[in-house]
Amino acid sequence: MQNRFKAAMLAAGLLTSSGAVLAEETFTGWWISPWRHKEVKPVDNKTWKEECGSCHMAYPPGLLPSKSWEKLLNEKALGDHFGDDASLDEETLKEIRDYALANAADKSWYKRSRKIAMATEQVEAPLRITEVRYIKRKHHEIPEKMIKGNKDVKSLSFCNACHTKVEEGTFDNDTVRIPNYPDWKD
Amino acid sequence: MKKTYTLMAVIGALFMASNAWATPATDGLFARYKSQGAPGFDAERGKKNWTKRVKSEGGEMMSCTTCHGDDLTKPGKHNKTSKVIQPMAPSANPERLTDAKKVEKWFKRNCNDAWGRECTAQEKGDFLKFLLAK
Repeated sequence: MQNRFKAAMLAAGLLTSSGAVLAEETFTGWWISPWRHKEVKPVDNKTWKEECGSCHMAYPPGLLPSKSWEKLLNEKALGDHFGDDASLDEETLKEIRDYALANAADKSWYKRSRKIAMATEQVEAPLRITEVRYIKRKHHEIPEKMIKGNKDVKSLSFCNACHTKVEEGTFDNDTVRIPNYPDWKD
Repeated sequence: MKKTYTLMAVIGALFMASNAWATPATDGLFARYKSQGAPGFDAERGKKNWTKRVKSEGGEMMSCTTCHGDDLTKPGKHNKTSKVIQPMAPSANPERLTDAKKVEKWFKRNCNDAWGRECTAQEKGDFLKFLLAK
């Protein structure tokens, strides 16, 4: 009796968890899974949040392909990180780098990351998220006054100025609020 | 009698001002900077360097106050990313200067950014003395 109960519990456990696991494990799993992930995987590494987030938004690694992170996250590159010194000690850099490479757009099954991976596949690795073709295209129709000319936004690189659910890895239209333009609709 | 009390209070306040925020981390750092050849540290010199405006590599005139602001008990703002920087003064932000690794990390980065070079052990020690009293 007890064995049967255990088996039932195990089966139930497997059933409820397998979808989520499959979703990331294989292509077919991802394709047929009802748990198919939309958007971008949210940041789930404390060191990443702290180290990247102390100067700017802690961008989810799924916003750039691994070849970009490789160029950005090494000792020499971080010494001149877009004009600022962002150097890290060896141990921290390794953790950050490993995390980025494991969760980069081309390693992720999240839908938006897949699109970023495709958009950057044939081109030289972009160093900036704002240079990714897919992301540029997505922002094409937004007038300059709402971004550059908007004192509370200033640049496309401040994702979280308008995307209110960035922490959850969500970038869809419904979650966009452009400061100073409350009536904006896509 | 009253005079004695006042005097004691003043001495007490002075003592507090210079020692209240010392942490094991800063004790260790002072020792390290001494071993690197800096004989002693001075808050006044630290203050001068803190506000000194230097042309950094980008050609911009910068001092520590560019990002940290003029009032160290208030938050500052990164000059490029506009990210809020928590107050530097340990009196307003007790977590400050409690982690030697962090202190060294930011000295390295920020000296490079604001002055275009790394700071010497002497300069870092002076900065610490100045900040600890805030």
